[in-house]
This record gives sequence, C-alpha cells and structure tokens, in this order.
Amino acid sequence: MKRTLTMAALMVPALLAGTAQAQNLRIGLSSEPTSMDPHFHNVGPNNFMRRHIFQGLLTTDETQKIVGELAEAVAPINDTTWEFKLRKGVKFSDGSDFTATDVVYSLCRVPKVEGSPSSFTVFTRGIEKIETPDAHTVRFVTATPNPLLPNNMTTIGILSSKKFGGQNVKYNPAGCENLGDLPKSTDFNDPTKAIGTGPYVLTEYTRGSQIVLTRNANYQGQKAPWERVTWRPITSAGPRVAALLAGDVDLIENPQIEDLPRIKQAGFKIAQQLSNRIIYVHLDTHAAADWKTPGIKGTDKNPLLDKRVREALSKAINRQAIAERIMGGVAQPAGDLLPWPLFGTSRDTKPTAFDPDGAKKLLADAGYPNGFEIVLGTPNDRYINDGKISEAIAQMWTRIGVKTSVDAMTASTFFTRRNKYDFSAYLAGWGADSGELGNSLNALVATPDAKTGAGHTNRGRYTNKDVDAALIEALRTIDDKKREALLQKASKIAMDDVALIPLHFEITTWAFKNNLDYKARVDQYTIATDVTAAK
Amino acid sequence: MLVYLIRRIAQAMLVIAVMATLVFFAVYAIGNPIDVLASPQADQIELAAISQRLGLDRPLWEQFGIFVWNALRGDLGTSFVYAEPAAKLILQRLPATFELAFTALAIAVFVGIPLGVYAGLNPDSLGGRSIMGGSILGFSLPNFWQGLMLILIFAVILGWFPAGGRGQTATVLGIESALFTLDGLKHLILPAMNLALFKMALVIRLARAGTREVALQDYVRFARAKGLSRSRIVGVHILKNILIPVVTILGLELGSMIAFAVVTETVFAYPGMGKLLIDSIGRLDRPIVVAYLMMTVVIFVVINLVVDIIYAAIDPRVRLSEVKG
Repeated sequence: MKRTLTMAALMVPALLAGTAQAQNLRIGLSSEPTSMDPHFHNVGPNNFMRRHIFQGLLTTDETQKIVGELAEAVAPINDTTWEFKLRKGVKFSDGSDFTATDVVYSLCRVPKVEGSPSSFTVFTRGIEKIETPDAHTVRFVTATPNPLLPNNMTTIGILSSKKFGGQNVKYNPAGCENLGDLPKSTDFNDPTKAIGTGPYVLTEYTRGSQIVLTRNANYQGQKAPWERVTWRPITSAGPRVAALLAGDVDLIENPQIEDLPRIKQAGFKIAQQLSNRIIYVHLDTHAAADWKTPGIKGTDKNPLLDKRVREALSKAINRQAIAERIMGGVAQPAGDLLPWPLFGTSRDTKPTAFDPDGAKKLLADAGYPNGFEIVLGTPNDRYINDGKISEAIAQMWTRIGVKTSVDAMTASTFFTRRNKYDFSAYLAGWGADSGELGNSLNALVATPDAKTGAGHTNRGRYTNKDVDAALIEALRTIDDKKREALLQKASKIAMDDVALIPLHFEITTWAFKNNLDYKARVDQYTIATDVTAAK
Repeated sequence: MLVYLIRRIAQAMLVIAVMATLVFFAVYAIGNPIDVLASPQADQIELAAISQRLGLDRPLWEQFGIFVWNALRGDLGTSFVYAEPAAKLILQRLPATFELAFTALAIAVFVGIPLGVYAGLNPDSLGGRSIMGGSILGFSLPNFWQGLMLILIFAVILGWFPAGGRGQTATVLGIESALFTLDGLKHLILPAMNLALFKMALVIRLARAGTREVALQDYVRFARAKGLSRSRIVGVHILKNILIPVVTILGLELGSMIAFAVVTETVFAYPGMGKLLIDSIGRLDRPIVVAYLMMTVVIFVVINLVVDIIYAAIDPRVRLSEVKG
C-alpha cells in the first residue's frame, strides 16, 4: 500500500505554512528507537539517538572516521593493550564529574541488560582486564590482539556510575562486582535517570508519539545548535513527506525517490550521501555431499559451485541500468563490499562490466550452454526498491539462458527463510557499522564458524582458505597500514572468485527546509547537531 | 438478565482462549523474531544469547505452556522488542485510540443521521441526491488515499491542521486526554474525519433507507393526521424507529475502529493501538500480537453487550433473555 501511493501522485504545488522557529528543530524519523537505554538494542535509530545523550569514548564523523569524544587520545601499548586518555573536566548532565570508573561501569553493564533483543556484547567480548591507573586513563587488555577495539568503543554509550551506586565497580570478564543498583532498560525512559555527557538531555519520551531533547546546560563541548529537538516517528514515507511539506517538521529521513522532484519544486533542500550499505546477491556454494541446493532445476549438480557460472551471473547484470532506472540515481554500482575510500577498500576496484555475450560464453564453457533454472529470493520491504531490483536481475539472468523466477516476501519471513538456507540465490544488504572492510568480509564471505562468529551472515556458505587466512591475519594486526593491505588482499581474492555478486551502494537522502543545512552521513544516521542554519 | 450475562462472559472466555492459541501458533509459523530483531552485526554466539534471553530457545510446547501459565495469572507476556509487559504497552496506547474512535463515531452519528434522514424525507430533491452521491464516494475511495488527500488539502495547501501526530494532552477529572486542549483537537480532526468518512456513508444509507420505510408506516400517517408538528414526527416517531439497524452496525464498526484503525493511524503517524499492532506484526513481537487480539475480543464482547442493552432501551419488544440455539 505504501508504495503504490506517493505524494508524487498528488499534483498540487505545496504552499509553505509558517517558518521554523530559530531555536527549535523538528525531525521526522523513518523508524523509531525502541528504547532510550543506550545498551538495549543495537540498531541504527537507537544508536544515533544514543549519541545525543550518552557519548562514547570515541565517535565517528560523517565519513565514519574515528574521532575522539570522551577520550582525547588512544594508542596501543602492545599487541593486546589499548590505552585511552580521557578528557578532563567533563561533567554529566546532573553536574557530577566523568572519570575512568564510569567507563568500567558502562562496560560492565553491557552484558547485563535484561531482555535485550540485540545487545552490544559483540563489541565488548574478549576484554580480559580493564585497568584504571588514574582517574583519566583507561587500559583495555584483550585476550588476543584486537585492532577493532577503538571502532567498538564508538558504539558504547557511557553511563554515570554514581547515579546507580556503582562507584566501586570491579571489572571481571565473567561478571563484574559491586555494580550497585543496576538500572533497568525502562529506567532510561525517565529523563531524571537518562544521565549522560552528551550535548542534549532527554526531556520527554512518549513512545510512538515523540522524543524531546533539550540542550544540556553542563555540556563542555561546542554548544549544540538547537535549544530543543523534537523527533517524531512517521514511519510511512508518503505522510512523512506530507509532514515536511505542511511545515509540521523541519527535516525528514529517507523520502521516497519518486517524491524528490516534488520536494525540490516546493522549495525544500535535499542532502545525499553514499552510504556504507551494499546491496548484493549471495549464491549457495555449499559443497557438502548431503546438501542439495533448494532452488535450482535443469541440472543435478549445483552449477553455482563453478566460478565461471558465478562470473557469468555477475556479468549478466547491468548495474548502471539498475542504478539509473530502478534506483532513480540513489545508488552507485559496486565492485567491492564498501565504497572507496573507506578503510580496506582499493581505489581501482571497479564494478564488473555488463557483458551478456561474455556471460553466455562462460556458461557454455562451464557446461551449461542451455542454462538452468534458478529461484531468486528477495525481501520486498527492507531495502530501497528491493523487489524491483530482483525482478530486473531475473530478467537479465533469463536473457543469458538462466531462467530465473523471483520469490519476493516481507522482511520478517525472508530473513527467517534465508537463515534456514532456503534459497540458492538471494538478494540482501549489508551496512558495515564499523566503517571498515574487515566487518563486511568477516560477516559475508568468511567461512562460517559458530565458535568464532566468523561468516555469520554468509548464508551462501562460501568458503575459501585464502580469504580466511588473509582476513584472520588482518583481524589480529594492530598496525593500520599492514591491516589495510591484508584486507585489500582478502577482498581482492574474494571478489575475483565471485564469492558473492555486489550490486550497488545505496545513497541515503534527507530532505529539509531551505533555511537549514545537513552534513549527510555515510552511516545513515540522523544527528541533530549536524543540522545547522543555512548561511 | 443475570443468566444472560453469565452466558455471555463464558462464551467470551472461550473465544479468548481459542483466539490466543491460534494466534500464538500462527505468529510462530510466520518466522523467527530473532531474525528480525537482532542487529545484523550479531554473530552466532550473540544470536544464541538473544534466543536464551527471550526464551525462544525452548521447544514450542514449552513456550506455549509458559504463556498459558502466565496468562492464567494475569501476565500476558513481555514484549520482545521493548522488554516491557505487553498489556502495559497496549494500555498506554488506549487513550489515544479511544479519543480517535469516539470522535470518529460522534462525527459519523451527528453528521450521518441528520443527512440520512434528510435524504430519506426528500429522496428526489437535489440535496437528497447529492447526499447519496457523496456517500458513494465515502464508500469507494480507499481509506489510505482519502487520508493523504485530507493531509494534502487541509495541512499542506490550506495549513489549517497539522499533518499528523497526537497533540498536547491535558488532565481533566483525572483523565489525561488530548480532547481537552485546542492543540489536541486540531491534531484529532483530520484523522477522525478519515476514520469517520466510511462509517458516515454507511450511516447515511442506513438512515435513509430506514426513513423511507418508516415514513410510510401507518403510525406516522396517523401522527400527521393528528396534527403533530413535523419536527416531533421526525425527531421522535421516525428517528427512534430507524435507530435499531444503525446501532447494530455502529456497534460492530466501533469495535473495528478501536482495534483496527491501522490505516488511519499509519497515514497520520497517530500513536494508537492499531499502529502498535501493525508494527508488532512486522517485527514478529508475539506477546504484543497475542495480547492485543485477546483484548480485541474483550472489546468486541463489551460493545456487543452494550449494543444489546441499548436495543432494549430503544425497542421495548426486545428482552435480554437469549433463546437457546
């Protein structure tokens, strides 16, 4: 329903009603944070809302580069120890001082969140010891070298230990001691308990209706540009655009592509940024003897095990046409798992060129001159135009002789079926939260291993010893230069072997009043302090 | 009357039990909530931990057993998404939904009945025919599109009303409601109109048909012959006799306006129960979906009971003693 009717269908030019009051900012969200607890649910909306109230030791800028926040310097002392120098004179919004104990307390609380639907323990796992030589120094000692510890620290919001009686906390990887009166997740929905060091404090949280933040009077950094920020969840795209046009909100996330001309015509501005989200097609390359791939007909073998077939399927796709016609320009064809210049990518990696004749030849060489039949599984409400992209791919594959039918479904059903290996080929997306290629490679193409957590989203079960070796080496190399080279190597091997078929990177869009500016972000986050009055 | 009530309640309990069981297994069959809830970054170790935290690692019959046991003690479960009691989350949304549903009901009744009676009394006049023509629009335009049109005309172009959301609330006599503030009413008008249009069209047609039929009855002719005023004939003799079908239909429709105003609540980003239901289905938040539908049954049963009592009040021939069968 929400995709058949868009505001673009309504052919009346919009008139502006009222102008923004200078000190208030109202934002229309496309999905709502599930809690104000910084450690409750590791998903985008919660994470960016958290950044306004609870700062981390480090944070990322709009290009996903790591920058200092509560820590002013960070350096490895040896292969297994990271030292953070904390900023002095930082106060929580209740006026108390921020010290190293608060860091220990926050990390201790992460695994203790009751009923968390997705916790942050993936980021705190493997820390053996936390030392606090003085009130403004924290050292993390890990079991094995962990070059990603600084990345991980950008995701953990720091709580006040005094607020909850945890001043004497003692770290223990198996479970901390002296935690005081640990807060429940719902406690943070109460403004008097949501105490952080961020530029804003929580003023009101009415689930489903609005979240109101106001400037933190005790904030030490640069004064936040807005006195009051109101966030309203308007999850349906058409009404969200209408709210912007009607002057109910000043800025919205993710307007539909079809509405962009209308928004511009009505005198609003658009900000766009290439995101860290890749849309890809994964192929079932599981080679176990007892495994029969579910969606392939016309051959007894699994043709996808042959690299030539995978390459043919990749060459058959006209990425430029998909980006321009189906995605309306809000996509960039991809040849790697992250766009250049994010960490680990190479400038010279190019998307596979569209070559249907070459693809047919490869198929014939592989022994499938007449092709075969395949089912492409896809969600139809998760990524921008996901269902339409899959239909286009099906046509392109059918053109080279691989008769493709699309099995489209809602996201909740799709992910359950995908995780049960129900598809021989499926379309999905991956956003690298850490902004570096190790995250994408480890999730999508590393050999699945339940013990280490490698290859957790590699549902095509691709496996390649050379990729694994380079990746494992990279994931324990502290030196950035060497690590980047290893990631580039691992990625090149995987892409040359067509471990999966990269399609495009999504471009994220924000629309707002013409008296504002927004620093559009790679991580798709909406950050109120990045919204400024236009000069 | 008492026997009638007891029977009604027993029937309701049975329906609730059957409903809860069906929905519990149906939501389970759709998919695994963890695949939707967990961050994509979660690896196998974390996924197993989430399963355990939410109790989803247990066999289905055990999960169902726990649910039944807790439900018998009045605990309808804890939301997977919000880690709060499902019943509490639903009840939090109840005031917003009631405001919307009852405002829509008031619009449907106080605009629909007079228009319908007018059209019934003057079936061939221009006014009567325009009302009937208009009511066809009310029926046939999709709710979603109507909502967007209302927003476009009254919020975007004219700027009279906000495009969505719930306004400020105020507390009067211990009840917190947006009905008591100007801002709240302004926010309420468009969504209530959107929700009311279809019901209003329905009421107009029922009232018109009823009026045409009743107006020809002997007692109306007799009243006219007796020299009663037109307003008394219409206001008492006709109105009272056309109300039974209107009340029946509105009773059923009120239930669906409270429980399933999903489209309106979505278009107007209105924080009501329907929005919670549709979001919860999308996220496979089973405790909320199950608790929600159980509460829906309760609401429908209560409304039907009230409708029956109103019947008895407007039609003395109706007695509240159900015949078997």
